[in-house]
Amino acid sequence: MNPTSTVVLVLAVFGASTVEMVEALTLVVAAGVTRGWRSALEGAAAAVVVLGVLVVAVGAPLIHYVPIDTLRVVVGALLLVLGLAWLRKAILRASGLKALHDEDAIFAATSAELAGDPAAAPARGRDSVAFAVAFKGVFLEGTEVVLIVVSLGASQHRLGIAAAAAGAAALMVAVVGAVVARQLSRVPENSIKTVVGVMLCSFGLFWVGEGAGVHWPGSDLAIPAFVGLFAVVTAATVVWLRAAGPSSVPAPGPARPGTPTPGRAVP
Amino acid sequence: MRTVRRGARAFGAFWWDFLIGDTPELFVAVLAVVAVALLLRHHHLAAVIVLPVMTVVSLVASSLRGRRSGPRAPAEPAADPGPPSAGGTGASD
Repeated sequence: MNPTSTVVLVLAVFGASTVEMVEALTLVVAAGVTRGWRSALEGAAAAVVVLGVLVVAVGAPLIHYVPIDTLRVVVGALLLVLGLAWLRKAILRASGLKALHDEDAIFAATSAELAGDPAAAPARGRDSVAFAVAFKGVFLEGTEVVLIVVSLGASQHRLGIAAAAAGAAALMVAVVGAVVARQLSRVPENSIKTVVGVMLCSFGLFWVGEGAGVHWPGSDLAIPAFVGLFAVVTAATVVWLRAAGPSSVPAPGPARPGTPTPGRAVP
Repeated sequence: MRTVRRGARAFGAFWWDFLIGDTPELFVAVLAVVAVALLLRHHHLAAVIVLPVMTVVSLVASSLRGRRSGPRAPAEPAADPGPPSAGGTGASD
């Protein structure tokens, strides 16, 4: 495995983890602000521990007991499914055909729901509602990251590097979130998602072929070539769909100052 | 027993949503890519051309299908945060 594909692996995992953890942070902050920080942070920490255990429990046996070619075909197919779905969503959002993920609105809705919850936060001890919301937010958002870490890490025998990249991204988001003490609504999620989708598709296609016995020209150098191919196709499709016109533009959400217009103002 | 059943159902729902969700065409396309890769494993030149083309075509076709499928949910946030006590956070993307 040459350094180029390792760099692409790290970038893909780091980007995916950043996007998912930004979304998780929104729920953790909402739970912390409305119900109390201690329980929210405990819930988030518990989810991170469970996700870490999942990576080790699932990833290590995969590397040691599943034949590498079978593993690569299965992992490649999973990465392709995930990558194509992410890219499709990113294309529709960038074309203005699907609303952007709005962290501000999610934060407001979750906060309102938690504040109106009849189960009052206990003065002392753990608030189970805040714990559960933070745990579920981090766990559910992190599950896709675990899949990506295990898939990419196991197929390249780079589980440690992949897990470290995901951990670094989660730590970065947590630190930035703690510093600004709010959800990170200005992170260009759709742009990151597009880049990660391109990388997942590239790895997926590469591993499906390799696992099946196809020899790509240039071996690992095929991965950056696929990155270029998917990037060009994605950009061209966005331009095409924008030019084709909004045949199914969703109704815009409530406009607020500073809120990006769906599909356009990606920071 | 009830907990096991509920867990199994949630596990199945996760994989269904992950693999198929609202884009079954992509799942079918990936299955086709895998099948063609296995069929063409001794015809490298054909595989090198056909596999990327199939993948790209399925992406573009699925995006077009998304454009034609009519207006979607007005805003994601409405469906995103789950109830605090049950259900989930709707953290699908």
